[in-house]
Amino acid sequence: MKTCLVVDDSSIVRKVARRIVESLGFQVIEAEDGVEALVHCKKAMPEAILLDWNMPVMDGFQFLGTLRRMPGGDEPKVVFCTTETGIDHITKAMGGGANEYIMKPFDKDIVMAKFQEVGLVEREESAA
Amino acid sequence: MNAPDYEYLRKLLKERSGLDLSADKQYLIESRLLPLARKAGLAGIPELVQKLQGGSSALITSVVEAMTTNETFFFRDKVPFDHFRDTIMPEILKARAGKRSVRIWCAAGSTGQEPYSLAMTLKEMGAALTGWRVEIIATDLSQEVLEKAKSGVYSQFEVQRGLPIQHLVKYFKQNGETWQINPELRAMVQHRQLNLLQDFSHLGTFDVIFCRNVLIYFDQETKINIFNRLARQIETDGFLVLGAAETVVGLTDTFRPIVDRRGLYKPNDPRAALAKPAAESAAPRMAMAGR
Repeated sequence: MKTCLVVDDSSIVRKVARRIVESLGFQVIEAEDGVEALVHCKKAMPEAILLDWNMPVMDGFQFLGTLRRMPGGDEPKVVFCTTETGIDHITKAMGGGANEYIMKPFDKDIVMAKFQEVGLVEREESAA
Repeated sequence: MNAPDYEYLRKLLKERSGLDLSADKQYLIESRLLPLARKAGLAGIPELVQKLQGGSSALITSVVEAMTTNETFFFRDKVPFDHFRDTIMPEILKARAGKRSVRIWCAAGSTGQEPYSLAMTLKEMGAALTGWRVEIIATDLSQEVLEKAKSGVYSQFEVQRGLPIQHLVKYFKQNGETWQINPELRAMVQHRQLNLLQDFSHLGTFDVIFCRNVLIYFDQETKINIFNRLARQIETDGFLVLGAAETVVGLTDTFRPIVDRRGLYKPNDPRAALAKPAAESAAPRMAMAGR
């Protein structure tokens, strides 16, 4: 089973995200900030990371930079999931090595579409 | 909803749009028409039916539009767009190298996601299309839907379903909570109102016709009639693209499926089609008018 690390300082968002990501067939690990997320990544690289931007201790963008410089850190597909919806943030995230970008609020359709986009989930053709 | 009201709405929708609701679609009618009834200041479906029976043509149009509008995403199902890029366009680039022109019809263009997805796919092909005349005609039954398509403005939710983030950054301009597709891409698409039940020969002939997830709502007779008329609007080496749940098989000989390219069809030799004139004599509008 593939693993997805859900990084968000809000326990409610983590809970919602967990439910969605689990329904897509992932095992979920949670982290409250970038530092905690790095600890998990050092133990075992997840296949997917759903990443908030604004968090205490270490924000999502700093985490991403550190992750991508770690051994094996280029492997996880990183999907930002944030209230930062400005084009400047999106461009910065993509330039910093993110694979996709979700603007909150989000639902299962959006997470699935984005996970399909980066090849984490197989596409199924919708029949009408 | 009571049975006579349901029958009345079914018949109305069939006559006006060809929409063929089976006997168990009450929930669909309720979910789509209740908001419309409320907006019109009516208490519910019975009152709506009463008003329709009174002959309010504006309300009839709204009802038909509400029932025939389909949810749509950018790059819906993805595969047809891969086929478009990897199979259809390479063949057309070769076949039309002299003319340097391609005409595409989105026959159920809806709120514009499909025609704009095709426009983006063509843009991504870059220099291969330099100097080419590209025409994308998007048609839909609903004027309201066409207005939205024309504006090219989408909500944050809409731009996140099926649209890769790089495409969003590259082809859209952010305006607060909404995103508008670039003028350059908007200019690639012409929007026209069209009912597929009516004559569409004035649109001319096309190299590619996308007609996805619309024929499923029609009965067999109407489907056959539309396929036969589509066959007359498509170049002999053109492509027809249908939705994942749709096929020509068992309905018409005017098109044949392309092996290993699900949803893609080629027109058959027109002489073969002409040899069976009986197939196209059944015009559904005529048949319905007699009922």
